[in-house]
Amino acid sequence: MVPPAPVESRIVRPVGPLVIAIEGVTKLYQMGDETIHALRGISLSIRRNEYLAIMGPSGSGKSTLMNMLGCLDTPTAGKYEFNGQDVAAMVDDELADIRNREIGFVFQTFNLLARSDALKNVELPLIYAGVPPSQRHERAQIALENVGLGGRLHHRPNELSGGQRQRVAIARALVNRPSIILADEPTGNLDSKTGIEIMALFEDLYEAGNTLIVVTHEESIARHARRIVRLRDGLIESDGPVD
Amino acid sequence: MGKIIYEFTEAIRIAMAQIRANKMRSALTALGVIIGIVAVTLMGTAITGIDIGFDRSLSMLGDDVIYVQKWPWHNVEDWWNYANRPIMKPSDAIALNAVIAATPNSLLDVAVFDDARNSTVKAGGLSVSGVFTRGTTADYGRIVTTDFEAGRLFSETESDGARQVCVLGYDVAHALFPVGSAIGATVQVQGQPFQVIGVLAKQGSFLGLFSFDNQMLMPLGAFRKYFGIRDENTEMQVKIRDKYRLAESEDELEGAMRRIRGLAPGVRDNFSLNEGQAFKQQLDPIKQGIAIAGIFVTGLSLFVGAIGIMNITFVSVRERTKEIGTRKALGARRFTILLQFLIEAISICAIGGCIGLALTFGLSQVVKTLLPSFPLVFSPVLVCFSMLAAVVTGVLSGIVPAWGASRLDPVVALRYE
Repeated sequence: MVPPAPVESRIVRPVGPLVIAIEGVTKLYQMGDETIHALRGISLSIRRNEYLAIMGPSGSGKSTLMNMLGCLDTPTAGKYEFNGQDVAAMVDDELADIRNREIGFVFQTFNLLARSDALKNVELPLIYAGVPPSQRHERAQIALENVGLGGRLHHRPNELSGGQRQRVAIARALVNRPSIILADEPTGNLDSKTGIEIMALFEDLYEAGNTLIVVTHEESIARHARRIVRLRDGLIESDGPVD
Repeated sequence: MGKIIYEFTEAIRIAMAQIRANKMRSALTALGVIIGIVAVTLMGTAITGIDIGFDRSLSMLGDDVIYVQKWPWHNVEDWWNYANRPIMKPSDAIALNAVIAATPNSLLDVAVFDDARNSTVKAGGLSVSGVFTRGTTADYGRIVTTDFEAGRLFSETESDGARQVCVLGYDVAHALFPVGSAIGATVQVQGQPFQVIGVLAKQGSFLGLFSFDNQMLMPLGAFRKYFGIRDENTEMQVKIRDKYRLAESEDELEGAMRRIRGLAPGVRDNFSLNEGQAFKQQLDPIKQGIAIAGIFVTGLSLFVGAIGIMNITFVSVRERTKEIGTRKALGARRFTILLQFLIEAISICAIGGCIGLALTFGLSQVVKTLLPSFPLVFSPVLVCFSMLAAVVTGVLSGIVPAWGASRLDPVVALRYE
């Protein structure tokens, strides 16, 4: 378990304009004959410069909400606006563009391309954004330096430790300067010491002006955030600042 | 446009990395395509080769020469209508040449009579049997397009005087006179001495059946003296002025021959006009049949290769489902993913195609060295066609799995283990 950061040392940055506006979102799945109500009507607003944790036991709709926030999925009903754009009505390729421009993903299992080195992995979002190669290398290198991996540019994932892999993934999430960083159990595959390091890195990112959303089932991780949204049975149980 | 090129180069880069990472698998998959391409291109070279060999053979017959003979070259069922036709006589040629001279703007140039028989030619202790021996006149020089290796054709004086001189085909001359020149030497034909005055250049054989190098020419008078007169093999070769007006020339020739033979209107011709084109017409359907059957059978092997590619692309998509999910999460569009897997399939096919072509080229060189007479032609058109076939194979076999990959739901793909 990762111990929470000491509260008194934390700074809370003023929030900026609205990034995510969700209203009355529901999501139904068809599993055989059964209809599963993963989300039963959720409303949520996230502003720039927030550091938000989404918590909930398994089956609470946490993953579904995360997929929705990450524009990997669209709601069955309800309103979802991302920077004023109506995501709910978007088709696949439009969603792909939104994900590319606006969202930086950090996965529990890192999801790096095994056969590409750190630099190539970080370049990937820039490739899909159509950034020319020279700029791509430079930006990817800076992103890696920012997470402390300036000396590991040409290492492949299997030549890196778990913490270093997650740093590569974070550099990849940051490289296209997205509106939000969406991290799904970012410390789930790391030992507690490395977990602390990663959470410290998140703290730095927050202080540098990034908007962070961390999805976790660990209270200790969630308490690093400034605001916690708790889900239960597809509904928001509570939503408020970390005390 | 720039973006498309960009996506292509990226897809090619990814495909190459993927092929390198799975060398064995890629090699085995490419092997299917290689075999297919080798089969198809070898078939193609053979078909073009047969075509060209055939045309070459036809040009030996002369594409501006009409053969007037008793029998037609194609098989006839009503042989009794032909058996009683008169044989061709030297007088026919003289009469025809007179008609040609009297016709203004005639499409015909000259008619030359000849008779032929197989004979044995001896010189020193050596002998060559089965030599196609032709007795003709000096006008023959206006018809044959063959070059002389040495010497010349007999002159009009030698021809009219039935002098015992002869021109040997390349193979005959070199068999009888392995060292030194045959010119001026004496050979024995039907027990009679003939002086060699010319040797023909090498020509090759007609459809691999009849060798133009195994022949001998002599003045008609001398020929008839020692080989006799009555013979079914007599013919008249008529050279036309414009080979592109063959049909008109034949009409004119038929009219002239009917006049010479004194045939009343309504009476059937008692002679046949034969030319190389007629051969072609007979053989074309056979050739097409071979081509269609060959392309079909060899195409099947390419099809099997394509199934291999499709299978491996399916596997590739399946085992990289999570990667596809990650790429989509990072902003890859459907087209990008589609292109990635499609280019991978096409790359394997293109590599297989190149190797296959190189193999075919090597094989055709080997065949050419071992069997020089076997017509194999490795043409640039064939290279383009094979590469096109390889790429089309890649597209067709890659499109279904690549399409499936591009349609994957990122949520499902990311969760895939």
